[in-house]
Amino acid sequence: MMRVVAWGVFLLGCLFFLLPLVGMTEFSLKMRRGVYSFDAYAAVFGDPAFWATFGYSLALAAATIVVGVVLVVPTAYWVRLRLPQARPFVEFITLLPLVIPAIVIVFGYIRMYNTSSFLPLTGSALGTDILLTMGYATLALPYMYRSVDTGLRTIDVGTLTEAAQSLGAGWVTILARIILPNVMVAVLSGAFLTLAIVLGEFTMAALLNRPAFGPYMQLLGANRAYEPPALAVIAFAITWGCMGLMQLATRFAKHERAKA
Amino acid sequence: MSFLSLSHLEKTFGTNRVVKDFNLSVEKGEFISLLGPSGCGKTTVLRMVAGFETPTSGGIVIDGQEVTGLKPNQRNIGMMFQAYALFPNMTVAENVAFGLKVKGVAKDKRDARVEEMLRLIGLPEMGGRYPFQLSGGQQQRVALARALAPSPRVLLLDEPLSALDAKVRVSLRNEIREIQRELGITTIFVTHDQEEALSMSDRVVVMNGGIAEQVGAPFEVYNRPSTRFVATFVGTLNVFDGAVTGPQSVTLAGVPVTLAEPVEASKGATVALALRPEAVQLGRVEGADVVLPATIESVEFLGSIIRVRARAGGSVVALDTFNRMDAPPPAIGAETEVSLHARDLIVLAG
Amino acid sequence: MPTEPIRRAPRRFPLHWLGILPFAIFATLFLILPTMRIVLGAFQTPDGGFTLQNMLDLNTDSIRAAYWTSIKLSFYTAALGCAVGFAMAAAVVFGGLPKGVRSPLLTFSGVASNFAGVPLAFAFIATIGPVGLITVWLRTEFGINLRAYGFNLLSFWGLVITYLFFQIPLMILIITPALDGLKREWREAAAVLGATGVQYWRMVALPILFPSILGTFALLFANAFGAVATAFALTGPQLNIVPIKLFAQIRGDVLGNPNLGYALAFGMILITAGANLLYIWLRVRSERWLK
Ligand SMILES: Nc1ncnc2c1ncn2[C@@H]1O[C@H](COP(=O)(O)OP(=O)(O)OP(=O)(O)O)[C@@H](O)[C@H]1O
Ligand SMILES: [Mg+2]
Repeated sequence: MMRVVAWGVFLLGCLFFLLPLVGMTEFSLKMRRGVYSFDAYAAVFGDPAFWATFGYSLALAAATIVVGVVLVVPTAYWVRLRLPQARPFVEFITLLPLVIPAIVIVFGYIRMYNTSSFLPLTGSALGTDILLTMGYATLALPYMYRSVDTGLRTIDVGTLTEAAQSLGAGWVTILARIILPNVMVAVLSGAFLTLAIVLGEFTMAALLNRPAFGPYMQLLGANRAYEPPALAVIAFAITWGCMGLMQLATRFAKHERAKA
Repeated sequence: MSFLSLSHLEKTFGTNRVVKDFNLSVEKGEFISLLGPSGCGKTTVLRMVAGFETPTSGGIVIDGQEVTGLKPNQRNIGMMFQAYALFPNMTVAENVAFGLKVKGVAKDKRDARVEEMLRLIGLPEMGGRYPFQLSGGQQQRVALARALAPSPRVLLLDEPLSALDAKVRVSLRNEIREIQRELGITTIFVTHDQEEALSMSDRVVVMNGGIAEQVGAPFEVYNRPSTRFVATFVGTLNVFDGAVTGPQSVTLAGVPVTLAEPVEASKGATVALALRPEAVQLGRVEGADVVLPATIESVEFLGSIIRVRARAGGSVVALDTFNRMDAPPPAIGAETEVSLHARDLIVLAG
Repeated sequence: MPTEPIRRAPRRFPLHWLGILPFAIFATLFLILPTMRIVLGAFQTPDGGFTLQNMLDLNTDSIRAAYWTSIKLSFYTAALGCAVGFAMAAAVVFGGLPKGVRSPLLTFSGVASNFAGVPLAFAFIATIGPVGLITVWLRTEFGINLRAYGFNLLSFWGLVITYLFFQIPLMILIITPALDGLKREWREAAAVLGATGVQYWRMVALPILFPSILGTFALLFANAFGAVATAFALTGPQLNIVPIKLFAQIRGDVLGNPNLGYALAFGMILITAGANLLYIWLRVRSERWLK
């Protein structure tokens, strides 16, 4: 009885998740009248704007990940090692982006960093790119921080540090050579999640007027019929890829730990 | 007619026969222990009585009622788990009241019963606390009170003391036994600690590989083990090989011995003769049936008891002597003798 | 512990805190100050004087309706997301489904909870949009015209269904570990004490899960409340919900008062923060029994 209900709930849920995926895939293949074809995909991949925006978002994602790692790893490490009393404060900050909507944050950026402000970032393309990167780093902060902090919990930060110090290592060496490799898996899993977030992000890029992948998809959706579902399939594949890599990293880590 | 009876219980998980033809009759108010090594099926038997596992075959009768097909919540049974079974979201009082509440007992009656139960377990002031504010021993006492509050017909305890430290374990086991006597509640207690089983129980069931090897009073199980497994599992044992020379006589390390009971083996066969450590004495004792030369191998000072290991008669013999202020324990390597009485020898079957 | 040396040598105190200075600067520049700018702007006239007029100006039919629709949208998708996600997680954890379905479900949930925004809208348009797979299938096979039944993807309920695609998986991801944390002993102890399955869930399991469910609800609520991309890609700028309105306002001053945008954004912060404060308050109340 219970099992029947459970199966029912589970299968209905699966149906709800599968139908849109089937729908977008089927639709994306219907560009040519009467037969299934990959024409929509050819059109998407043949569009230089696709590659330009995708490349732009990818570059921004890379920058975001670097900023995130440089920001989060030392902070999380330091909080664990020396500043446990700062933990509630830091954790509160890292959770704020889940509470304050992204559109509000970017609205604040636009008004704060305009051409007449103390830091006129929106005045130039490079400045806006930097601002957008910081915005993405903010959006990714909750995930990155939690991932790294969990990773740090599994290693004995204090002992590792003391051992390194007794061998004469400085802070930079300790962080780069000792701590980072030990939380690499956590960093990677945070990085892939960041990648997924940045590639699909729309609001910040659109409002800062940058040629990112998200606004490109939106624009295409407003003007075409068959390319958007093809894009959705591609985006889904990318998301799946990012999550797959994330899991792979975790599994690899477990494997490594089991061997050690 | 016994109060609780398990007849021909069988339980199979997949192809794994975990409980085999298990029979047990328990009198009202009796305290029974299931004792056995890990994985021998103790918990499975208990869970079948509670109703969490359905027997593959066999039946369970409580107070004349066939309960085999009933759900756990229809059996009116109390159960205490190893640990962590208190509901963390309820205070001590709410935990104890839970069974009465789901039965629909009125609030004032419930409160009175909770108070009575908390007094019984010696924690009358703790009603308002949450489980995390209690020590492990206190938590288990509350678990006992919770199990007893609805006045169950049978109390089941699955290693309730094993997560506690040694001191608390001893004091709590005495307390459980006292409360059990006071209420006269029929109890099955699962443990793999033989000391616990022997000290608490009216009768002990020694289990091995899903089979009840022996059922009997602690004194009987300890002194008259019916199988080799029981003899070796319950208490420490010295085993000698003996050659059968007659219907009731053997030779032990060359010394002829007349046994208290007949041997069921033909002449010339080898039998295992077992002896408890406390039945072996150090030195030559007047009236001993066998005296063997021995070399002291190790001495363990346990306080009131000194456990000595000596090599004698071709095997290592463990023996216990009482501590005496005027007699220091023997030195390691000392040459001496050990004495034993034929009446203490247990012939092990199989 | 680290507090000791601090007490003995107070001069080392600031050095310790220097370690999180980069983080503090980043958070200040890109999170705190921009937010403060919004909050301040909501109470300023265009030339910088203090005023309550912006907040009062929110009280128009159109803006009130936008807030109300947004709150309803967030509430429904969070509630339905919690309910359905809980049911699916419970089915997998307790329902006796084969062990093999658990890990794929969690992986898929990880993907689906991140598959939001523009492409998600495309997927639903292709499925239940005017010429979507299911719409067409129902029409040609059964003669059912969804539109005639009042269903329209580009409407409130269409948005609810679309949002559920990422809300449900998020709930599954968060609640599955919590369900794993329910000890078997609790269920069995309740059963031998005479409780039915329903009584166990009502008196033991749900109270224990309550904080997790509530926290997820608050998270899902904020998640839906601030979402722009999905709604924008689905309906364009017409749909009257707060984030879309704010989006339009930022792109070009559609409200006729630039500082009204601040007030609109401040209102959003108030509501998501309010939802989370409510959560924290309820959690503190419900967790007296937690360490
Ligand atoms: N639900 C189950 N499914 C399959 N096998 C089981 C199940 N429960 C118990 N077993 C197996 O049955 C055997 C007996 O288990 P049981 O828990 O009764 O042992 P036990 O005597 O209580 O041991 P312990 O002292 O370790 O608690 C074990 O081999 C165990 O692996
Ligand atoms: Mg057991």
